Amino acid sequence: MHTGANVIELEELVSRIPDGASVAIPPDYSGCAMEAVKALIRRGCRNLHLIGVPSGGFQADWLIGAGCVASVEAAAMTLNEFGTPPRFAEAIREGLIVMKDATCPAIHAGLQAAEKGIPFMPLRGILGSDLLKYRPDWKVINNPYAEGDDPIVLLPAIKPDVALFHAWAADREGNVWIGVRRELMLMAHAARTTLVTVERVEDRNFLTDDAMAAGTIPALYISAISVVPGGARPIGLPGAYPADRAKLAAYVEAARTAEGFERWADEEIFAKVPA
Amino acid sequence: MTSMDASISRAEIMIGAITRMLQGLRHVAVGNSSPIPGSAALLARALSGGRLRVSLLGSRKHNAFTDGGRELFDCAAQGRIDAFFLSGGQIDGQANINLVGLGDYPQSKVRFPGSFGSAYLYHLIPRVILFREEHTPRTLVPNVDFISAAGTSPENEYRPGGPYALVTGLCVFMFDKEKRQFRLQSTHPGVTSDDVREATGFDYIAPETVPTTEPLAANELTLLRTEVARQVAETYPGFAAKTWGVESG
Repeated sequence: MHTGANVIELEELVSRIPDGASVAIPPDYSGCAMEAVKALIRRGCRNLHLIGVPSGGFQADWLIGAGCVASVEAAAMTLNEFGTPPRFAEAIREGLIVMKDATCPAIHAGLQAAEKGIPFMPLRGILGSDLLKYRPDWKVINNPYAEGDDPIVLLPAIKPDVALFHAWAADREGNVWIGVRRELMLMAHAARTTLVTVERVEDRNFLTDDAMAAGTIPALYISAISVVPGGARPIGLPGAYPADRAKLAAYVEAARTAEGFERWADEEIFAKVPA
Repeated sequence: MTSMDASISRAEIMIGAITRMLQGLRHVAVGNSSPIPGSAALLARALSGGRLRVSLLGSRKHNAFTDGGRELFDCAAQGRIDAFFLSGGQIDGQANINLVGLGDYPQSKVRFPGSFGSAYLYHLIPRVILFREEHTPRTLVPNVDFISAAGTSPENEYRPGGPYALVTGLCVFMFDKEKRQFRLQSTHPGVTSDDVREATGFDYIAPETVPTTEPLAANELTLLRTEVARQVAETYPGFAAKTWGVESG
């Protein structure tokens, strides 16, 4: 099949994420590039600045446990029913990573500013929250259109070096279908480089099909694609395959300690046979 | 069979109390990890004959948002959402909530997941109902360690939203916006005002006589345990199985 898409091997895909890059990742209920995260850990990546859109989960905890992360900006770090991510919680206690606590719409608004190519975005709420106290980059001004007092928060644009996610399919032109998960569209619009793993490449053009086009990120925004069937396991991909709950639970159990995480990573990421 | 059991569980008392607070509203949204508010919203919708719109995050069937993670927040800022639910690792007497952690920030000795949308939605949605099943001096404190979202604001700040009530495993508090304090509204069956006093770490307005939280009527309870329980199970299978022995349908 002829393809105009920039389809490359997974190892090459993650080699485009340099040490020290800011990397936007989707929440666990969206399209998570779990296999790409494993490849990134195998590469020994360091000093990443993760941006959870708007929260981080298993992907972030794996990267933190493997020592790949310098800072995290997110509205929350959560494994949902499995609680707070264990490697993240320990890294916070030990002061090993910098946490830039945010609130969900602040992350979205920062990315929207980047999407529009403007330096900041105003947002309601947040005033009176301690979040503001610890975010010197968030500023409060008076609404210039108000008659009197109307303080409002300004958030700087969030322009990630890389957006990394997994999606259902790419077409032969390199367009990527994300369906209703439009935070992936926002990430791709805002980031300098967008790297995507997909279940498959279809031999057609999604943009000529109106039913598909509305949920499609045009190839314009996509830097490179790797075909990784099952690439969102064990988190799962909505509408494609469910979470592997036993695997997730096994991770949470193992990652309670640094040693447990090492053993887990040896098996699951580095595919070493346990001694 | 749990579903035929005549006795009302604590979760069902909380669901009943929240359901009554949603009557007559147009649109209620429910965040993640909120099975009790989610059950109340779906029950209120069933009782409204479908007039109440419910947006249940995490659900595929009961969630109409199509514009990504940001839509809920844009929708709230426009005034299109009447009620929402927040909880906290700590909640204090001024209705400040802490979703970040215990001890000094940023090196929290116990780290919670984070503030999510609370710092924003608390300011914009008129009727924010706080819920926390565990009612102890550990959770209901004089002052939270970290203010994820502030209960009240100075007069000069734009604030159409804010705290409406706090529903716990023991009682219902209403928030008095004038006095900036909670007022004990009712205690759940079998709970006394003294029990509440002892379990609460913050000061609140305590009337001389406090009624018992009105449980759901028999027909409401039947609806909850059948049709609504099956809807809840789609998003909260573990909760629906434990509470009603019901599978998704």
